[in-house]
Amino acid sequence: MQVNMNINGEAVSEDVEARTLLVHFIRDDVGLTGTHWGCDTSNCGTCVVLIDGEPVKSCTTLAAMASGHDITTVEGLEVDNVLDPVQEGFMQCHGLQCGFCTPGMMLTARALLNNNPNPSEEVIREAISGQICRCTGYSTIVRSIQWAAEHGTPVSVGN
Amino acid sequence: MTTTEPAPTEERPIGFGKLLRKEDPRLIRGMGNFVDDIQLKGMLHLAILRSPMAHAKIVSIDKSAAEAMEGVVAVVTGEDLAGHGLAWMPTLSNDVQAVLATDKVRFQHQEVAFVVATDRYIARDALEQIDVEYEWIDPVVDVRTAMNPDVPVIRTDLEGKTDNHVFDWETGDAAATQAVFDNADVVVKQEVIYPRSHPAPMETCGCVADLNRVSGQLNLWSTTQAPHAHRTVYALVAGLPEHKIRVIAPDIGGGFGNKVPIYPGYVCAIVASLLIGKPVKWMEDRTENLVTTGFARDYVMQGEIAATKEGKILAIRTDVLADHGAFNGVAAPVKYPAGFFGVFTGSYDIEAAYCSMKAVYTNKAPGGVAYACSFRITEAVYLVERMVDVLALELDMDSAELRLKNLIKEDQFPYETKTGWVYDSGNYEPALRKAMEMAGYDELRREQAEKRERGELMGIGLSFFTEAVGAGPRKDMDILGLGMADGCELRIHPTGKAVVRLSVKTQGQGHETTFAQIVAEEIGIPPEDIEVVHGDTDNTPFGLGTYGSRSTPVSGAAAALVTRKVRDKAQIIASGMLEVSVADLEWNKGSFSVKGDPSKSVTIQDIAMKAHGAGDLPEGIEGGLEAQICYNPENLTYPFGAYICVVDVDPGTAEVKVRRFIAVDDCGTQINPMIIEGQVHGGLADGVGMALMQMISFDEDGNCLSGSLMEYLIPTALETPDWETGHTVTPSPHHPIGAKGVGESATVGSPPAVVNAVVDALRPYGVKHADMPLTPSRVWEAMQGNHTPPI
Ligand code: FES
Ligand code: FES
Repeated sequence: MQVNMNINGEAVSEDVEARTLLVHFIRDDVGLTGTHWGCDTSNCGTCVVLIDGEPVKSCTTLAAMASGHDITTVEGLEVDNVLDPVQEGFMQCHGLQCGFCTPGMMLTARALLNNNPNPSEEVIREAISGQICRCTGYSTIVRSIQWAAEHGTPVSVGN
Repeated sequence: MTTTEPAPTEERPIGFGKLLRKEDPRLIRGMGNFVDDIQLKGMLHLAILRSPMAHAKIVSIDKSAAEAMEGVVAVVTGEDLAGHGLAWMPTLSNDVQAVLATDKVRFQHQEVAFVVATDRYIARDALEQIDVEYEWIDPVVDVRTAMNPDVPVIRTDLEGKTDNHVFDWETGDAAATQAVFDNADVVVKQEVIYPRSHPAPMETCGCVADLNRVSGQLNLWSTTQAPHAHRTVYALVAGLPEHKIRVIAPDIGGGFGNKVPIYPGYVCAIVASLLIGKPVKWMEDRTENLVTTGFARDYVMQGEIAATKEGKILAIRTDVLADHGAFNGVAAPVKYPAGFFGVFTGSYDIEAAYCSMKAVYTNKAPGGVAYACSFRITEAVYLVERMVDVLALELDMDSAELRLKNLIKEDQFPYETKTGWVYDSGNYEPALRKAMEMAGYDELRREQAEKRERGELMGIGLSFFTEAVGAGPRKDMDILGLGMADGCELRIHPTGKAVVRLSVKTQGQGHETTFAQIVAEEIGIPPEDIEVVHGDTDNTPFGLGTYGSRSTPVSGAAAALVTRKVRDKAQIIASGMLEVSVADLEWNKGSFSVKGDPSKSVTIQDIAMKAHGAGDLPEGIEGGLEAQICYNPENLTYPFGAYICVVDVDPGTAEVKVRRFIAVDDCGTQINPMIIEGQVHGGLADGVGMALMQMISFDEDGNCLSGSLMEYLIPTALETPDWETGHTVTPSPHHPIGAKGVGESATVGSPPAVVNAVVDALRPYGVKHADMPLTPSRVWEAMQGNHTPPI
């Protein structure tokens, strides 16, 4: 079947099997491999992308369901060679180690900050609680998001 | 790079200090290159059919329907592999493991056949069309009865095998220990279980194999923590010439030990590429990762401590039953079948110690050493730290006071334990005192007393651990006959930029940053001018890889020493440039100057150009500025730390909340404190997960009950506190820069602190011990006075 969507501001149109998961579509068909896959049960969140600004697990979404929508992946966070404050924050605060969970974490953080520019630690923890990081123990991820909140300039990504 | 990195001052040191990571710019842009990101022209996809039963004879396999499917290129069974002599492969412990089962299956989800197809969906569809007839055999699930005479023999493939015995092992002095126990005022005993757990890195295991049938060259992109060791094993298994094998470990999404062993899937992909002549990708799904790849722990330990009534610990003894699964896949030095469990005497100065151990086969997945355990030190530290708290309860003594009384003293180092380990350096008491100060220990105890009055359950748990990392001296330590040394090569280019090549491989630890800093510290070239190459056997010197916290102790030493070798040569060239003798030069981290006349100096960059440039060099000196070495450590290094965990237990729901966690680590000289803190944080979260949430469990038929992240629970940001970390610095005397390693310290040290805190919270209920994982239901049981071991 034909799916048409907008990924990081570019129109994408492909013919896919109806059962194609959005995560596989983005990775294998479109070739944007920054979105990762880590579980079979919608638990890990390494696959999170933004659909119309909302964080969604792309492993639990059919490509067909995303048709007609705006998708933001990690590759879309940097705009005109300027990093998103969330990306900066993750570097400054050592919010990543292996980097496998990082794209999903950053996108959730972006969506959170778009809705709530000054979240408390508790709110940040709640926001990322559907995602797993095996490396960092989360404190530095929380600090990274706080850094982004402090240094954030209004961004259009995901809005 | 457009970043707002701080100005080049303290934040951007030339050498040791906090430095933002060189690997981050690509990873935060989604430009990492993980195995599943690799797409090669014409690449096929491989999926594995796995056994639904834990123990069964394979009667027949009909693959015709699968073969007939459109898009299916090949369907291969164990029998097909046997035809090529490839049905079995060696494990890292000199046992053998089936690549694909031929005679029978020995654990649930064991590999039975594989499909290669044009896309990953078709490959998985085709698995459902393979018809396998199994004949049930009673599985051996309970480790305690695995050696009973009437249970089925699992390893019928081993000639003459009549039971499920793997090995017996002992260490220490049984008679001397018995004598101390006979005369002790106090003896405490407790069965302590470390259940089976799994490292579960976020990226599962997989590979892309590309075997060129004309040249015979195999390129293998693989999730491996040990590319060189894997290359040698592939050469041995598949009979491929080693110089034609190139193993590339690209970005790795976490390892924690899970990516040390060689799994059947890797071998299947290589064979498939060989048979078909096209690149083949194999990636596990999460269930495959959890239920078939290297598990960890699975020790049932009988612990005993003998002490005086004043609380002086005299002797420690343990008898261990070890579940090794269906194949002995332990990745430990061969002379150490129980890894480094021999350090179970912990951080205490005692008179005698003894351990006896029996390892058995069961119908469960193989593995045994994985998950950031430093070769079984997790189990050893958990045993001794739990037992010390059992003793504290018996003596009605504060658990901090008891530890302070027994810690090895500063002037006793190097300290030889009663099981023969020589702790290189330590200064334990200040680390524990620092943790107590950070925690506000006395105040916490006061708060706890008040809360108990009110019926609230608050617990304070301590642990003090000594790690043994950096395996290891090649006279004692090898894996499959490969000595545990590591190479390093450094090349300074004419313009003074450098490339350093490592045998170890990061899975998130930040080698590209840390190793650039080690070289920078020794030669004064800024870290941003130093490229770290790793994870590619064609482009790096041989070495055994990253696990057991060995990168900094072994490869870090190699990096420092190879840089000194280059610097020595640079000094000779500088003496020619400045026309003074070598002895008249002094080193100022980046330049040589004439002693007493600092205006006469040459930078390392000047020297690099001279080394490659025109004009004569001092006599006997070849052009170029590079060196290679192989570092053989003289001893292990022994990091240590003091941890304090504070928990609250809900008396109504038995839910445990980790309120605070204070960790003081001493990993010797610190290279990058930011990275060290990150390593500690990650390990602390592991500890909370194992102590409170996770276990790989089985039902009586051998079905694995923890096959997804819905059952195998990993802590999220809600189950973990904001970690409070501190450090002391006691350099290793034998390591060239005094660094000891830190990757696994917190995973080793934290579980006993959490369990001790929960047991402490439950004191009003008379609970002396409770086994991990301390889920609400297990804590509730304990509060009712029931003690059900998890295995
Ligand atoms: S891949 Fe794990 S939640 Fe999507
Ligand atoms: S950085 Fe490795 S899983 Fe989060």
